Amino acid sequence: MMIVAGQSQSAYFLEEELPSTERSHTLSVLVDNEPGVLARVVGLFSGRGYNIESLTVSEIEHSSHMSRITIVTTGRPPVISQIMHQLGRLVPVHKVVNLTWAGDALERELALVKVSGKGEIRDEALRLAQAFSARIVDATLDSYVFEITGAPADIDRFVGLMKDCGLVELARTGLAALARGRTGI
Amino acid sequence: MTRQMTGAEMVIQALIDQGVDTIFGYPGGAVLPIFDELFQQEDVRHILVRHEQGAGHAAEGYARSTGKVGVALATSGPGATNMVTALTDALLDSIPMVCITGQVPTTLIGTDAFQEADTVGITRPCTKHNWLVRRIEDLPAILHEAFRIATTGRPGPVLVDIPKNIQFQTGTYENCKDKALTQYHPAVKAPDAAIREAVELMAAAKKPILYTGGGVINSGPKAVALLRDFVKLTGFPITSTLMGLGAYPASGRNWLGMLGMHGTYEANLAMHDCDVMVCVGARFDDRITGRIDAFSPNSKKIHIDIDPSSINKNVVVDLPIVGDVGHVLEDLIAAWNARKPVQDKAAHAAWWKQIDGWRAKKCLTYRPSAEAIMPQYAIERLHALTAGRDTYITTEVGQHQMWAAQYYHFDEPNRFMTSGGLGTMGYGLPAAIGTQLAHPGALVIDIAGDASIQMNIQEMSTAVQHNAPVKAFILNNQYMGMVRQWQQLLHGNRLSHSYVDSQPDFVRLAEAYGAVGIRCSKPADLDDAIEEMIRIDRPVLFDCHVVSLANCFPMIPSGKAHNEMLLGADVSDEEIETAIGTAGKVLV
Repeated sequence: MMIVAGQSQSAYFLEEELPSTERSHTLSVLVDNEPGVLARVVGLFSGRGYNIESLTVSEIEHSSHMSRITIVTTGRPPVISQIMHQLGRLVPVHKVVNLTWAGDALERELALVKVSGKGEIRDEALRLAQAFSARIVDATLDSYVFEITGAPADIDRFVGLMKDCGLVELARTGLAALARGRTGI
Repeated sequence: MTRQMTGAEMVIQALIDQGVDTIFGYPGGAVLPIFDELFQQEDVRHILVRHEQGAGHAAEGYARSTGKVGVALATSGPGATNMVTALTDALLDSIPMVCITGQVPTTLIGTDAFQEADTVGITRPCTKHNWLVRRIEDLPAILHEAFRIATTGRPGPVLVDIPKNIQFQTGTYENCKDKALTQYHPAVKAPDAAIREAVELMAAAKKPILYTGGGVINSGPKAVALLRDFVKLTGFPITSTLMGLGAYPASGRNWLGMLGMHGTYEANLAMHDCDVMVCVGARFDDRITGRIDAFSPNSKKIHIDIDPSSINKNVVVDLPIVGDVGHVLEDLIAAWNARKPVQDKAAHAAWWKQIDGWRAKKCLTYRPSAEAIMPQYAIERLHALTAGRDTYITTEVGQHQMWAAQYYHFDEPNRFMTSGGLGTMGYGLPAAIGTQLAHPGALVIDIAGDASIQMNIQEMSTAVQHNAPVKAFILNNQYMGMVRQWQQLLHGNRLSHSYVDSQPDFVRLAEAYGAVGIRCSKPADLDDAIEEMIRIDRPVLFDCHVVSLANCFPMIPSGKAHNEMLLGADVSDEEIETAIGTAGKVLV
């Protein structure tokens, strides 16, 4: 389902039979990169009681001052529809696309994971990092910082294992997501 | 045509280029350059109010009674925060309004400077859009875009916050009235397939109803005319929300009266029992639907709205039609005429017979009194004595507002200015002033309550200064009547802080402002007193003493369905006190 500013936004052709259970959805929102635009989006979610699980924002077209916001939120389909329509109502919003409804979207996240320890624990951390294709971006005699990129679930699994390998701290970027195939939003 | 001018001059020039002749405002440090420009020109009239909230509501009254955009001007900090209620009110009732505020100089933003507030931050959730102008180069385009966004699509309030140093800077002004700054272009025409399907549904209806709202009036006089044509064409019964009153005349034969919490028995029962509901420019607000899972259980619902987010928000509909009411009605009428459907005459006759049965309940009947003025009677007399005139009605919020909606029968759109969505006490008097200044020769009456009127009573001074002969017709029952009614319904009649002790003497208060005060407490004197009020060509406070404990009926208690209404004449105190169940008590 896609809402495009300027086109007919009739939901008549768009509402499809969807499972009625609550699940997480990944929304891509194309916006003018202007002051306050993130506050508008975040304020809409808090003001109307919607949940944000993850949010990333970055300028994607410098010349036209466009940014792409990727939001992961949960809700039943009518709530998700309402969130998308409310986002579509904001003046700086150009497009809202639900990548979860569009199908099996590519979702990637980057994490930096710091572990510390010596001996067997340190060797185990290194072996697991290799198994998960994480890169070592910093090392001392008793610590590593790994960089791992992947689907959020893979990162969750890696971080879970690192808890037993001397996990010190963790930074995650939040989600970047694109639909598969040749067309863009 | 471009010209060099200061930011303050640009503000005035943009107003002139947008055809604005009247603005409402209050000066202060951060808008002095704009006020200086106002002083040096004669194209834009500035109405000095007594409180910025008053400026906002006056701009709303001006906008709603003319169909044009209302403009308000205020200073930074408290000027802007005082405007917040009016902006929120305009947002919920979809009133086009441009608010211009001054801000501390850009160099001081973020330093907690004197009268600094994060105005765009504070007003972000209560405007359709807002801007902080950081560069003089951006100002002309933003000013014109503000008008475009306020008036197109679903109308609403916008705010332009202009730092004082930008007001002093010189830049290039261009009249970019018809240029779009943003990609905001809401669709006004609906897809043909939806129109055709709507005609099919309506043609097959056995028990149809039109449920109309403020969107019809916002769409303009053409939409109103088309709605009336459409009713004639289809023969459907029609009801309306508070915001839509007057779009279809109350004297029209298909009129069922207002629907919702204090709507008529026939309107609500018809909504409950219909098989096809056509919602035109309304939004299934909780005051309308009552208990949502029992709302019109057996109908196919068609929803015409320009705002896609209104579709399926509260009630899931069968056929959404996203578009401007005027455009959609035009297409519907054309499609109806092309198809020439054969309607089920017998079914329609049976439906009307059923409706006439509900009408026979005469749900607006009240117990008359010869000793004391019944509030319903006061509105009936006010209507009877002003009906032939060029009359505009505003209201405050509470029982008097609902009685105005029930007993003052509106035959024309843009004649009833009331705070529907936000329910703002204090709206009516400033809105009446804005209305009066837009329509100098008209009779403008604020139907008020004794509590509400005191929320913006200071605007009497505005009315006197600007020769706006508005009439505040106060139904004085010494209570916040609607609060008291709910305390009776919900809280064992414990009237916690709803009795207004130490009321001012409204007659002397009027005189203190340089206006005229009238008091009336006997039904026999009422007509003469109203006639006197109408004759006086000055602002009037009319202190109409009515019975204290009258309740506003009919009523759908919170958490109940349309077919579980309480009717006025035959309801006992015990029924009132047990009307709302536990689940309903938490609802508002």
